[in-house]
Amino acid sequence: MAIIERPSEEVALAPSSVPEVATPSTSYGIFRRPVETTGWKSWLFTIDHKKLGIMYGVVAMFFFIVGGIEALLIRLQLAGPNGTVLSADKYNQMFTMHATTMVFLFVMPMAAAFANYFVPLQIGARDVAFPRINAFGFWAFCFGGIFLNTSWFLGGAADGGWFMYAPNSSVAFSPSNGVDFWGLGLQITGIASLTGAINLIVTVINMRAPGMSLMKMPIFTWMVVVVQFLLLFAMPVITVALFMLMFQRSFDATFFSVEAGADPLLWQHLFWIFGHPEVYIIVLPSFGIVSEILPVFSKKPLFGYPLVVFSGAAIGFVGWGVWAHHMFASGLGPISVAAFSVATMAIAIPTGVKIVNWTMTMWGGKIKFTVPMLYAVGVIVQFTIGGLSGVTHSVAPSDTQQTDTYYIVAHFHYVIFGGAVLGLFAGFYYWWPKMFGKMLSERLGRWNFWLTIIGMNLTFGPMHVVGLQGQPRRMYVWTENRAGEGFFNIGFWNLVASIGSFVLALGVLTFLINVVISHRKGTAKAPLDPWDARSLEWITTSPPKEHNFDRIPTVGHLDEFFHRKYEDRGSGDHHEFHQVATGEEVVANEEAHAESHIHLPSPSYWPILLALSLPIMGYGIIFNLFLLFGGAVLALVSLYGWGLEPHTAGDDEFDPPTGAALEVAAHG
Amino acid sequence: MADTAVHSDAHIEHAGHHTSTGLSNNKLAMWMFLGSECLLFGGLISTYMLYRGRHSANLGPDQVWDIPFTSSSSFVLLMSSLTMVLAVSSANRDDDRNTKVWLSVTALLGALFVAGQVYEFTSFYREGLGFTTSLFSSSFYTLTGFHGVHVSVGIIMLMSLVGMISKNKVVGDKKEVVELFGLYWHFVDVVWILIFTLVYLIPA
Repeated sequence: MAIIERPSEEVALAPSSVPEVATPSTSYGIFRRPVETTGWKSWLFTIDHKKLGIMYGVVAMFFFIVGGIEALLIRLQLAGPNGTVLSADKYNQMFTMHATTMVFLFVMPMAAAFANYFVPLQIGARDVAFPRINAFGFWAFCFGGIFLNTSWFLGGAADGGWFMYAPNSSVAFSPSNGVDFWGLGLQITGIASLTGAINLIVTVINMRAPGMSLMKMPIFTWMVVVVQFLLLFAMPVITVALFMLMFQRSFDATFFSVEAGADPLLWQHLFWIFGHPEVYIIVLPSFGIVSEILPVFSKKPLFGYPLVVFSGAAIGFVGWGVWAHHMFASGLGPISVAAFSVATMAIAIPTGVKIVNWTMTMWGGKIKFTVPMLYAVGVIVQFTIGGLSGVTHSVAPSDTQQTDTYYIVAHFHYVIFGGAVLGLFAGFYYWWPKMFGKMLSERLGRWNFWLTIIGMNLTFGPMHVVGLQGQPRRMYVWTENRAGEGFFNIGFWNLVASIGSFVLALGVLTFLINVVISHRKGTAKAPLDPWDARSLEWITTSPPKEHNFDRIPTVGHLDEFFHRKYEDRGSGDHHEFHQVATGEEVVANEEAHAESHIHLPSPSYWPILLALSLPIMGYGIIFNLFLLFGGAVLALVSLYGWGLEPHTAGDDEFDPPTGAALEVAAHG
Repeated sequence: MADTAVHSDAHIEHAGHHTSTGLSNNKLAMWMFLGSECLLFGGLISTYMLYRGRHSANLGPDQVWDIPFTSSSSFVLLMSSLTMVLAVSSANRDDDRNTKVWLSVTALLGALFVAGQVYEFTSFYREGLGFTTSLFSSSFYTLTGFHGVHVSVGIIMLMSLVGMISKNKVVGDKKEVVELFGLYWHFVDVVWILIFTLVYLIPA
């Protein structure tokens, strides 16, 4: 229901202070507004941030499995010498699409899933600032991802690596349409990221509950905001690069053709100016999740909250000044190399600050090793390993040796898998009862955790060894006679890595089984506050109602929920917290003071239609310009439909009619 | 109770009242978008600056530019910022008629600028400077082309807005919608000042 009406003593008075707004009473078009609250329409046309968050999660999970299968094929190919599972060409496509899928279609949207679902809840808002744009962002990501992956069936996927170095990605070296699909697909998902970034920034800046100053914001929300600013400024840079690549491939421009006098480093610079902030876009949301979970299960507030906030922001800033450390082997010259070396070392400082703060949060706490906590601790350990190998890259001479070897692959998997993905799993287990009202099994969760941890270390650990032994990345075979001997035989370690990847896959499978089992009929409903949590998203039912909060909470503290449950009876610096209420009581109190007349914006057809026009235009650019025209018409119609549509559906668009129309009927 | 009802009544998507900063969501979002656009043009301008010397001897900036002509079309575009301000000011006075007039004049001046750009591109092409002639030409056409598209999109939006005001179909706060269009329009103008200076005025 778009308008939630509660019986109220007072008659709803139109307040005189609200400016007169010329709002048309009905939407445009021949269709009724899709106001259904159940069934497929309620998902397809929804603008509810919670439903969109869940859909982001489901689609991202799907792509995680796709990317995982691609990874397993790569590992099968490399398990023994002279692998025959994939041809050289297919292998190139496989590692390109594995990375592209995992970065753009799994980690980023999965972080967006959590951000969409929890940022409004954590700041005490009823939705994001622009719910329809939010829906558009999700569908653009979804269609963009599908578009990107249809390249497999339309002449082969992109094969230039996820960084797609030009001129290696120009037509001469990559004649299939794969790179075109890749470029356009990333443009489409990039639009999704950009709109999402603007939306979330405005939401957090403008829609916080009364009393929630910036420094009382939950840490996850803080990290999400930093990430959105990174997206806001990084996305247009890759957009420029992708446009130029498209002009080069489709319209014979020579931006990257060295024989025409082009600068061979132009693409690398543009890509990594986007690409390095991208690293923090990937990892910071998980840092936020970990920073939420550690205090809850240590029964202590986050140690040095302002420092964690500022170091997150510092990572965001310095992240713009380190991109050329991806290019140390390209001959930048000693001054650039020295400057970027130092900047890269410097960025380890705020990252280290976070790790110290997390450790200090646990120090002296009453630690409870639930599954989310295990994952959070897993992040600290695994990410630290990846971070340390990262510091070795900042030393340019050493990095020059390691460039394009498996050592790099080992490093970024420890960072991305150990930092980002483990953090996302921590989030699944921590917030599952909030999102679905069901607990995930702790027992299966432990299996999931240990299989994942053992699997990832078996997979990525040996890559350090084979990398330092000189095995190059992106080579589709290795041969027995160059494998070396003894402990450092790369054949042995490649086999270990391949076995590890299947253990890892088993871990992910356990998670899926866990989800299925917990959602069987008859499983008990999760308690309202299973973890004795601290932040605002828990001051409502699980799953939250469509309007999130019965009453918008007024915030007095960081960790507001905790402070409503516990009273400080200490004095001065000595704190002594005594429980004064249970989570259930806090929520019941909110329900007892529910607000009347909560207006939520209504669902709409236009976001999904506008998003649908994007891949149509994409296919048009690649195959047929008429299709481009068709897509553009759809986009234009959707934009006008959107622009002329009121935010809430007219009363007469409900069946039966509601609100004012009903009142008129009753009085008439 | 009535007071709480007022607050929760605040439509989420639309502007104005009751935000943490007091700024409307729409305006903040427009500023964020424009911030992002800075990096878009930043990337394009950097590419042009990198490539502006890479051309054959007789088809470089110094040979093809027609500074008096481009100065005139730049002047036209800058004047459109003035008329945009007049439109915003009329909207603030609830003067629909003048708002429409000034928005239309702005669109007209914008269209004049785009027409000038089309003329300029055509004459460059006749002189032999195609899109793929040199790195200089590719990056020049890409940069100014992107700007031209921004102006063109702005013209379409201005005309749509005039239509919506005529039919009284503006969703949300009309004054603010006009102001938001103005922000976008001024931004596109400012970018042109930068492009005009860096591309045309600095000798190659």
